Amino acid sequence: MSSDVRFTDFKSDKQPTWCPGCGDFGTMNGMMKALAETGNDPDNTFVVAGIGCSGKIGTYMHSYALHGVHGRALPVGIGIKLANPDLEVMVAGGDGDGFSIGAGHFVHAVRRNVDMSYVVMDNRIYGLTKGQFSPTSREDFETATSPDGTDMPPVNPLALAYAAGATFIAQSFSSDSQRHTELVKEAIEHDGFGFVNCYSPCVTFNDVDTYDYFRDSLVDLAETDHESTDPADAKGKILEGDKEYMGVLYRDEDSVPWNERQGIDEDMSDIPDDAPEDAMDLVREFY
Amino acid sequence: MPEDLNWAIGGEAGDGIDSTGKIFAQALSRAGRHVFTSKDFASRIRGGYTAYKIRTSVDRVESVVDRLDILIALTERTIHENEAELHEGSVIIYDGERSTMQDVEVPEGTHALTVPLKRLAEEAGGAIMRNVVALGAACQVANFPIENLDEALAKRFSGKGEAIVENNEKAARLGQEYVAENYDLPVDYDLETTDEDYVLLNGDEAIGMGAIAAGCRFYAGYPITPATDVMEYLTGRIGDYGGAVVQAEDELSAVNMALGAARAGARSMTATSGPGIDLMTETFGLVATTETPLVICDVMRSGPSTGMPTKQEQGDLDMLLYGGHGEIPRFVVAPTTVSECFWKAVEAFNLAEQYQTPVFLVSDLSLAVTEQTFPPETFDMDEVEIDRGKVVDEDEVDSWLDEQGRFQPHFPTADGVSPRAFPGTADGAHMTTGLEHDALGRRTEEEEVRVEQVDKRNRKVETAREEEEWDYREFGDPGADTLVVSWGSNEGAMREALGFLEERGHDVRFISVPYLFPRPDLSEEVAAAEDVIVVECNATGQFADVLEHDVLERVQRVNKYTGVRYKADELAAEVAAAITGDAGDTQEVEAK
Ligand SMILES: Cc1ncc(C[n+]2csc(CCOP(=O)(O)OP(=O)(O)O)c2C)c(N)n1
Ligand code: SF4
Ligand SMILES: [Mg+2]
Repeated sequence: MSSDVRFTDFKSDKQPTWCPGCGDFGTMNGMMKALAETGNDPDNTFVVAGIGCSGKIGTYMHSYALHGVHGRALPVGIGIKLANPDLEVMVAGGDGDGFSIGAGHFVHAVRRNVDMSYVVMDNRIYGLTKGQFSPTSREDFETATSPDGTDMPPVNPLALAYAAGATFIAQSFSSDSQRHTELVKEAIEHDGFGFVNCYSPCVTFNDVDTYDYFRDSLVDLAETDHESTDPADAKGKILEGDKEYMGVLYRDEDSVPWNERQGIDEDMSDIPDDAPEDAMDLVREFY
Repeated sequence: MPEDLNWAIGGEAGDGIDSTGKIFAQALSRAGRHVFTSKDFASRIRGGYTAYKIRTSVDRVESVVDRLDILIALTERTIHENEAELHEGSVIIYDGERSTMQDVEVPEGTHALTVPLKRLAEEAGGAIMRNVVALGAACQVANFPIENLDEALAKRFSGKGEAIVENNEKAARLGQEYVAENYDLPVDYDLETTDEDYVLLNGDEAIGMGAIAAGCRFYAGYPITPATDVMEYLTGRIGDYGGAVVQAEDELSAVNMALGAARAGARSMTATSGPGIDLMTETFGLVATTETPLVICDVMRSGPSTGMPTKQEQGDLDMLLYGGHGEIPRFVVAPTTVSECFWKAVEAFNLAEQYQTPVFLVSDLSLAVTEQTFPPETFDMDEVEIDRGKVVDEDEVDSWLDEQGRFQPHFPTADGVSPRAFPGTADGAHMTTGLEHDALGRRTEEEEVRVEQVDKRNRKVETAREEEEWDYREFGDPGADTLVVSWGSNEGAMREALGFLEERGHDVRFISVPYLFPRPDLSEEVAAAEDVIVVECNATGQFADVLEHDVLERVQRVNKYTGVRYKADELAAEVAAAITGDAGDTQEVEAK
């Protein structure tokens, strides 16, 4: 892969229609930088996006890309990677896409540990449908559909991932461009399923989980003595209710991607022009 | 001596009925006899009546009949369940020493053969072989050379070691000898053998084999009766050809994984049954609008809801023709026999890639569970052709770039089919989306582009209608006044029914339709017939509705799909044009 790929090569000429100030701009820029800096180019990259404001990312990036149905981006990404492991597969979507309608897929994608990355653009709200609560919204978060708060604890995406056997868990913040880019790069380079929960504030519908809130509350793990390879340390930080962390929370250095363990390593698009040569053996098996 | 023999083994689920039945079917097949099997079963794994039935003849058999000549009954209930099929002279083999079967009464006129299955099995090495003792007994009754059974036993048990095979052979002989020594039956079955070599397989296996032959390399699915055999067949085989089977967490995931693999360039499929089709439906629109080639197999079972999971029904036709919101161009292909399951699978992959559409391959429980014999050349792999459609490589990509050098995956060509660049192709990078999009795959709501894209997608179906053959299979008397039409697995039974109908003085022309969309135009055939009868396994006659729809020509269509509602003046103009067009000056209207 050419080293002269710049991150702008991953930009499409379509202008984003996100609200000015939306966190998704920063999230996307970091993803493009991370792809370029890990030696990928648009022709070997497949971006799969969910449905939501966040999901529009598939439209604004230039690469092979699919913007599918709400909540099903991860299975699409898995199918692509297994069918052609040479491709760099990155999946992105919202907190509703990933942890509500697609929650089942999230758990199983984490377990399956296929070699790909997943960036959730977590704004703790349903942006595209104009401001209903999301699975990561706080218990007392008031929206049109939760006038008295949700009355449910928010999903803890990091804990969900950990419980499902994740091999790479990170959290980033869209406005800390440098750290966000680094963390997505690490997710890409991780051998297995690299999960990054990226706080991408919605400036239009969420006046609680704002830039200021995240800037003030996020603790960068790089500035602590956190041992991301130590499960006990990781578990402690992930379950610590009253703190928000940025950085790699957990990393299994011995992770071997499922596709490799299964010996799935061929470009499946490459098939002969006729039935396989020994295909009559399949028939004879039925004697 | 009857030409065919109808044989069954029945008992409780968990009694090994299936595997025992299959062994006997294999023995018959090895002996060069044709076999057609069916199953009675409940969805419970243990408990509940289940039976494996075989119809065998030296000639081809395409159906089951309501008749049983030899029945191995492991439970008393088996006898009652089959009372209607038993007849004067039928032979019932059961273990009279079994505590639950000591006072069994068999229907009048049938012959009860009490064979101590368990005791003899123990003598041979273990009670587990009691079914095999029964098979030996059945060989004796049917006058069938037991060496053929040995071959089938070897095939089944050779993996477990020589000793196990020998014990089973011994068990079979003990059953055979017991009957020979203790009974002198007034029946003269004689299961002739031939030198033919047949293969024995079911519809699900045929679909799986067809998929591999056609180059399918990716399968994602979620287990469901009666489609699971497709997945189990592919597991352990597709890997030999560089492919993979994934058991997904649900059908939503399965169809989306399969879609992903197809976007990556693999020939890809998923298979399911009604409940899974329901779950997948949202994604069918995505497959169609992103123009992704995908084969979706529906092995139908009885619905609605969980319905009767192990029973036959052809109830999903409407769903497959019309399911999904919006308008989804698609192909619907329904093999009519077990061997056609193979060929239609091959065809489905070609159609999917040639036209970049979802293709529904529709089978049903009857085809899925029927094991049928075929000469191996029925599946002549040299006949398999692969057409990948408009795939463009690095060199060809150039001719499909717009003036700014961007690849156009949804370019509105004359035939509606756009170029397809697999990911990894240099300069082919492009996006696509379930949103309405332009030629570049980018979201749009512009009215002209919307209409252009809808039209180009629908044009693919029109192109296919013209380019491909959507023919039907015809049987019976072509000049008959009565036309019977059916689709899917009814073909075999209807073909044989033609003979019975003839005996009753009815001449019938029978058309069996394997293409449901696009489908053959039957208006002339319908017009030529006095009586038109549509046969299908459902309550409302879904195909009958379709046929009535096809032959009705009165309705003119006024359509708008720009995304903008009708306006009164515009609508008046459209309707007026339709009226005058109807009055015969269509040309004038078009010329304006
Ligand atoms: C099956 C289905 N149900 C509902 C919707 C409507 N819908 C679109 S996006 C969305 C929620 C998006 O929230 P999130 O994933 O957090 O993305 P965000 O807009 O916040 O980035 C919903 C409910 C849909 N497109 N499809
Ligand atoms: S609504 Fe919120 S999430 Fe959507 S674009 Fe605007 S700021 Fe971003
Ligand atoms: Mg959101």
